[in-house]
Formats: sequence, structure tokens, C-alpha cells
Amino acid sequence: MNSNKPTAYNNRLGIKGWVYAGKYTFERYLYLGHRLTGMGLIAYMLLHIIETANRMRGVEAWEGLMGLFASWPFKIIEYLLFAAAVFHALNGVRLLMTELGFFLGKPKEPVYPYSSSIKRHRPLTYIIMALAGLIIILGGSSLFFP
Amino acid sequence: MSDKTTTPREITFRVRRFDPNVDAAPHWSEYRLNVYDGMTVLEALHEIKAQQEPTLSWRSSCRMGVCGSCGMFINELPMLACQTQVLHLGTDVVSIAPLPNYDNVKDLVPDLAPLIEKHAAVKPYIIYLDQIEIDEPTGEFLQTPDQREEFSQFTHCIKCGLCLAACPTVATDPLFLGPQALAQAYRYTADNRDCGLKDRIEAIDIFHGPYQCHLAGACSQACPKGVDPAFGIQLLKRALVLDSIGFGKKKSSVAKVSPLADVVKQIEEFAPPPRTVGK
Ligand code: SF4
Ligand code: FES
Repeated sequence: MNSNKPTAYNNRLGIKGWVYAGKYTFERYLYLGHRLTGMGLIAYMLLHIIETANRMRGVEAWEGLMGLFASWPFKIIEYLLFAAAVFHALNGVRLLMTELGFFLGKPKEPVYPYSSSIKRHRPLTYIIMALAGLIIILGGSSLFFP
Repeated sequence: MSDKTTTPREITFRVRRFDPNVDAAPHWSEYRLNVYDGMTVLEALHEIKAQQEPTLSWRSSCRMGVCGSCGMFINELPMLACQTQVLHLGTDVVSIAPLPNYDNVKDLVPDLAPLIEKHAAVKPYIIYLDQIEIDEPTGEFLQTPDQREEFSQFTHCIKCGLCLAACPTVATDPLFLGPQALAQAYRYTADNRDCGLKDRIEAIDIFHGPYQCHLAGACSQACPKGVDPAFGIQLLKRALVLDSIGFGKKKSSVAKVSPLADVVKQIEEFAPPPRTVGK
């Protein structure tokens, strides 16, 4: 191999490429939200297992921990978790429907200005996101003002 | 073509430069140019090269959105330089960088080899049950206009690679087959002359396959030909699911060969009426 051969520059965007949605459309931001909430929920699952394992340390340790979770900072974290779960679940249902080819329209000869399945699907995207927002607000009011 | 009868506007072009023989990393250079109505980014680059920077490199050919070679990252979106009018961008500073998610060979030239390799990997051709008929055809395949419409939009792909530059999954997973190849896998799978999904599954139903797509839609936004590759990926997922539960394409839906004698008969049946003038 010729060691003098000029090497190309690695121009892969990497993590920045999925974290930064820039000038792309709403669905690109939903992609980001879906991945972030998915990772957050997985992290919560692990913490939850550690948390419930504290029951083995006796009633006192357990009640102390529950007391801590009843405090305001933990209530806010709990609410964020709830919001993440609602968004992830509803967006997940939307993605499942599209993966089975529903609500995307039919293939047709492209004529400029081009339409796309993403645009055809957008009304449903807005409805589902509005529903998620409503559930998150209602959940918040029942959590913070029982 | 730029209209030189209009008043020009001075635009600053920030162009990302990289010479592998000299530079360890890319850097930005600025060029000012009077831009006329209708001038495309590609024309502007030609002017800059002719008047200011003869070493500036990029790839282009047809200048009409057909060859797919002039893809660039213009104002932070993947676009064809020959199809993008500078003044339509609406900014006084226009940034031009090579397409992301590909190796950068020089200045604005990306290495599109991975795009072509992924395209080839999904067997982008008709696979028919009867190889003898393919080798020694006895007639024509029958296909109705509705059957053609099923995949027609996906045939418009010019392999410009903009969709892979836009895709957030490609950004982190170099092995992801990506929107172009997966949409082409669907294009052939949906063709009623094809019965090759079983052959293709090995290449597409993999960890780095269609299920890595979470419908960001960036590929379809970037596609300059209305191919809508994100749509192709979702339809491919559906085809794979249906196939896995036994509801895949039935043999009866695969195109029949119409014997040549019948083809001749059909041509006669649909022959135009006899001429009434200019005999
Ligand atoms: S699908 Fe569209 S963006 Fe992707 S390579 Fe084909 S023409 Fe280019
Ligand atoms: S030069 Fe051929 S597509 Fe732009």
C-alpha cells in the first residue's frame, strides 16, 4: 500500500447528526424526542430495579426512601418520567401504524412540487402530539394538585 | 440560466475547503460574487473557480438534476447545487460544505462509494421465478398501469445520496443500509414481475436494516426527485411483516408472460384507426 496516498476526511456527523435536528421538519424533532425518551425510560428501568431492591434492607430503609421520593424535586423528576412515557408510547403507536403502511397515502408518480408520505401523514402526527400534550397536562395537574 | 439583465446582489459564499495533500482538517474560505436572478449555486461555483479560486473542486455533470453528482450541504441542508438558485435561499451569506456522512475526498467532493455498495447489496433488479424465461424470453410480461404505479415513484432515484446525508441514523450507524437502498429494495419487491423478496431478505432484514428507521422524514425532505425514500422504507417494513406471517406476495400476483402471438394480437386490437387524410 502506498503510505503517501492522501486520506479522505471522515465527514460522518456522528452523535451530533442525530442530536441536532437543525432545519429539518417536525418529524425529525419527533425522531430525536423518541430516541431521547427511549433512552431515558431504559435508564429509569435500571434505577427502578435498584430502588425497589432497597426493600430488602428493611422497612425503615424503605420508608426513608419513599419519604425522599415524596419530596418536590423527585415529584418533578417523576412528572418528567411520566411525560416521557406518554410521548414515547403515543409516538410509538404512530410509528407502528406507519410501519404497517397506514396513513401514508399511496405511491404515485412524483409531480413537482412533490408531495410526500410525511406531509400526508402530518395531520395525524399533529393530532397524536396534541393528545400527548393534553394527557401530559392532565397528568401534571393530578400529580401536583391532587 | 442567470438573467444578467437584472440588478445583481452581492452574496458571500462560505465554502468548506479541504486538500488531503496539505490539510489535516477542513477550513472555510469566503468568496464574494455578484449574483443575478436565476443563478444556481453550481453556476456561482463555476464563476468563483473562473475568477477567484482555480483550485476549487466539486463534482457535477448534467447541470439539470439528472446525473445526481452535484449534491452539497448548502445552508445546512443537502441539496443539488444545479437545482438550487442562490437568491431563492434568501440569505446574504451562503455556506457550502461537502455532503455529510460520506468521506470527504477534496473540497466539496464526497466519496459516494458506500451509497453504491449499499444499493448493490439489496439486489436492485427483477428476480423472476423462471430463469429460462429470463434467459430466453418467449413473450412480454404483463403489467397494468395500476401495478406500475405501485413502485413508479421509486424508479426516479438518481443516486445523488442526499438522503443518506440527511439521515440521522446513517450519522451514527455507518452500516445502516439507508433510505436509498431500502427504497430501491421496495421498488423491486413491489414490482409484479419480481418474486425476489426471499432472496433479498438476507440482505435487508438485518440489524442495520429498515427497522433502524424511526421516520425522521429528513431523507424525503432532502430528496430532489420526489422519490420519498422514507415511504419506501415503511412499505418495505410492511412487506417484510406480511411475508413473515405468510401473507406475502402470492404467485398469482406475479406477472404472467404473454406469448408473442398474443402480443401481436393485442397490438392489432389496439391498432389506430385507418388514416382518413394524407393517404
Ligand atoms: S432517494 Fe432521492 S435523495 Fe436518495 S439517492 Fe435517490 S434521488 Fe437522491
Ligand atoms: S449536475 Fe447533474 S444533478 Fe446536478
